[in-house]
Amino acid sequence: MTFFYLAPWIVFFPVIGLLVNIIFGGRFSEKVIGMAASLASGLAFVVSVLLAYSLTQHPEAVRWTIGEWIHIGTLQLDWTFRVDTLSTTMMLVVSGVGTLIHIYAIGYMREDVRFKNDLKRFRRFFVFLNLFIAAMMILVGGDSYLMLFVGWEGVGLCSFLLIGFWYEMDTLGRPSWANSNAAKKAMIANRIGDFGFLIASFLMFWAFHSLQFDQVFQQAPAIAASNPGLITAITLFLLLGVTGKSAQIPLFVWLPDAMAGPTPVSALIHAATMVTAGVYLVTRSAALYVTVPAAQFIVAMVGALTALFAATIAVGQYDIKKVLAYSTISQLGFMVAGVGMGAFAAGMFHLITHAFFKGLLFLSAGSVILGMERGHHHLAHHSPLSPHPRPLSQGERGEGAREDAGHREEAFDPGDMRNMGGLRKTMPVTFWVYLTGALALAGVFPFAGFWSKDEILANAFSGGFSAVYWLLTIAAFFTAFYMGRQIWMVFFGKPRHEAAAKAEESPKVITIPLMVLAALSVVGGALNLPGVETLTKWLEHTVEFIEPGEFVMSVALTSTALALIAIFISWLLYGREPLKAGEADPLKKMFGPIFTGMERKWFVDEGYKALFIDRYVDITRFTADVIDWKFWHDWFHEKVIAGAYNWLSNVMLNRYADQRGIDAFFNGLGEWTKNAAAGLRRFQNGFVRSYALFVLIGVVAILGYLLLK
Amino acid sequence: MIPINYYIALSAILFTIGALGVLVRRNPLIIFMSIELMLNAANLAIVAFTRVYQILEGQIFVFFVMTVAAAEVAVGLALIVAIFRTKHSINIDEMNNLKG
Repeated sequence: MTFFYLAPWIVFFPVIGLLVNIIFGGRFSEKVIGMAASLASGLAFVVSVLLAYSLTQHPEAVRWTIGEWIHIGTLQLDWTFRVDTLSTTMMLVVSGVGTLIHIYAIGYMREDVRFKNDLKRFRRFFVFLNLFIAAMMILVGGDSYLMLFVGWEGVGLCSFLLIGFWYEMDTLGRPSWANSNAAKKAMIANRIGDFGFLIASFLMFWAFHSLQFDQVFQQAPAIAASNPGLITAITLFLLLGVTGKSAQIPLFVWLPDAMAGPTPVSALIHAATMVTAGVYLVTRSAALYVTVPAAQFIVAMVGALTALFAATIAVGQYDIKKVLAYSTISQLGFMVAGVGMGAFAAGMFHLITHAFFKGLLFLSAGSVILGMERGHHHLAHHSPLSPHPRPLSQGERGEGAREDAGHREEAFDPGDMRNMGGLRKTMPVTFWVYLTGALALAGVFPFAGFWSKDEILANAFSGGFSAVYWLLTIAAFFTAFYMGRQIWMVFFGKPRHEAAAKAEESPKVITIPLMVLAALSVVGGALNLPGVETLTKWLEHTVEFIEPGEFVMSVALTSTALALIAIFISWLLYGREPLKAGEADPLKKMFGPIFTGMERKWFVDEGYKALFIDRYVDITRFTADVIDWKFWHDWFHEKVIAGAYNWLSNVMLNRYADQRGIDAFFNGLGEWTKNAAAGLRRFQNGFVRSYALFVLIGVVAILGYLLLK
Repeated sequence: MIPINYYIALSAILFTIGALGVLVRRNPLIIFMSIELMLNAANLAIVAFTRVYQILEGQIFVFFVMTVAAAEVAVGLALIVAIFRTKHSINIDEMNNLKG
């Protein structure tokens, strides 16, 4: 029995969910809104499970068309869902992790909207989340590059909407445009990537006369043989799209800023699902990539460099979510490197386990932040949920934005690890799940991350990508180090702020999804154990180029040993003598400038600002001041157009046409009339007899004419 | 019977005398008499032609013309009296106040 006819419902269910919340959500309580949204996502998960079950019976790809879209000449594109082992794997991850995060978000947003004092946004959040699930399902379920692109843009939109969810404040709730700027940054960086995707699509249409997956892949070997440059161009432009969506060098800069969104968003979109779309894209396009090894190498190097680069930055961060953000970039680098090397199963495997443990880490970090906020409010108001004074009214916003820089030190930052410490005792559940996630991320045996990361490393090692292997291995070392640092700083030692001492554990609606994800992070490795290779065999039906990875004991031992050493070093630095309040980071004392570089993200944002943004501003200044103002306004409009018009009106029309033409005619007419009248006046002499004479002459003339004619 | 040409000739002579009288005399009374002369020259011509063509409408017109001439003389004499009262003269050449 197969359930392929249910395929469209992976999109319909979330859409129904968001429509229900849009239309009826105003009358619902928060609980009902959250339940409706979670149910919609959960039903999508059920459908995904049924599709996966169907694929076990019938492993070949099934295409399920629900409507015509574009039929132009030979280009035939429909709204077709493609159910195969690859897309179903993604659907399961998206809807499964997504549903857990929906449930978590019920608890998280309940408190978040109260801290930020805008209860109405609760509903909006869940509408956006469901919209995201729908768009992501279109992305992974599409049967052509164009449908994939629809989902690709849809998730980009949701990402924008959710990063800027609290658009009129910064991450600490002060009036500012910081969050909306972060949203814009994500949108713009992704636009650059989308440009690459679009160019790749155009080239594909040009080369293959189709954008449908099967048709493209069928022709790929032939075209690659006759015109390898074209395929290289397509794959590299696709890579540009991947660097945008999956936050790789050089377009990764948006992802750390994207942490401005609420924590469930960071977990769902910016860790578990959306950012892995690039990995999915490369895996889906495997047939193209395997034909051009040069492009594969570039993809792998981009991934490996990103993995190491972001991992070093993560070491220097103090914000709990920023550490995880750079960690996400680094892990995405692992995945991209994996699929770039042709180890598609390993990349997808890491994608799945990463979705589990990074989703878990982000959600736990959210729980930590909420706990800190509860502690802070406990201090400030002695009632955990009394809201902030409402920070925003129209007039104040601009004011606040300007003051933003000056007041930064004063606000309490619940996400700053320097304020935390000792949370192990106050938030035990969060501590244990966080520890699970951290060990999985660090790649400690037998957690999920160990197996997936090791498979990528093993592939790099045995596949002859030695540079990639070393970059990734060093990145793995840093990964274990920064996670150890985070654990020691957050959960051990003594509280460095009163809020940390008063922190409270989160409610069950938050901790239960965490426990589920923690369990998945522990056992997730079972998906693709060496020798059993469940996932590889599952994906083999769709991606032809998968070779079962081999387990290299030396690689596994090296990476585990490095991870343990890194954790030990982090204990030496942060665990043995916990950081005291106000004390500088021990690494800063040891490697001052290098650590400052890590802390300041290697000045990439500043570099981009100097290289691109300032240059762009220069160009706009130039176009505005010189081209637009001096050339168009001053010269062209004033001199040429206005001058010509003035000449035409003053000289030609006024002086010649009007004064000398029209005026002359009518003045002449007047003069002539006056002269004629003066002449005729003489006949009006008042003598009746002369009038009679004229009458007589007239009569004689008329009669004479009549008689003689 | 007298041929029609004679009537026409007499009528033309009378009309010419009347017209010249209007043009050359300065006494308005004489001018009026000359106008009457022209009107009667026309009457004579009309009557002559009606006799030739044996139709009566022309003769009726002659009565109209005589009536109009009488009315005209009445109005004209009244005007002359009015002018004389203001100017103490009826010299036609002094009545040129409307000249251009």
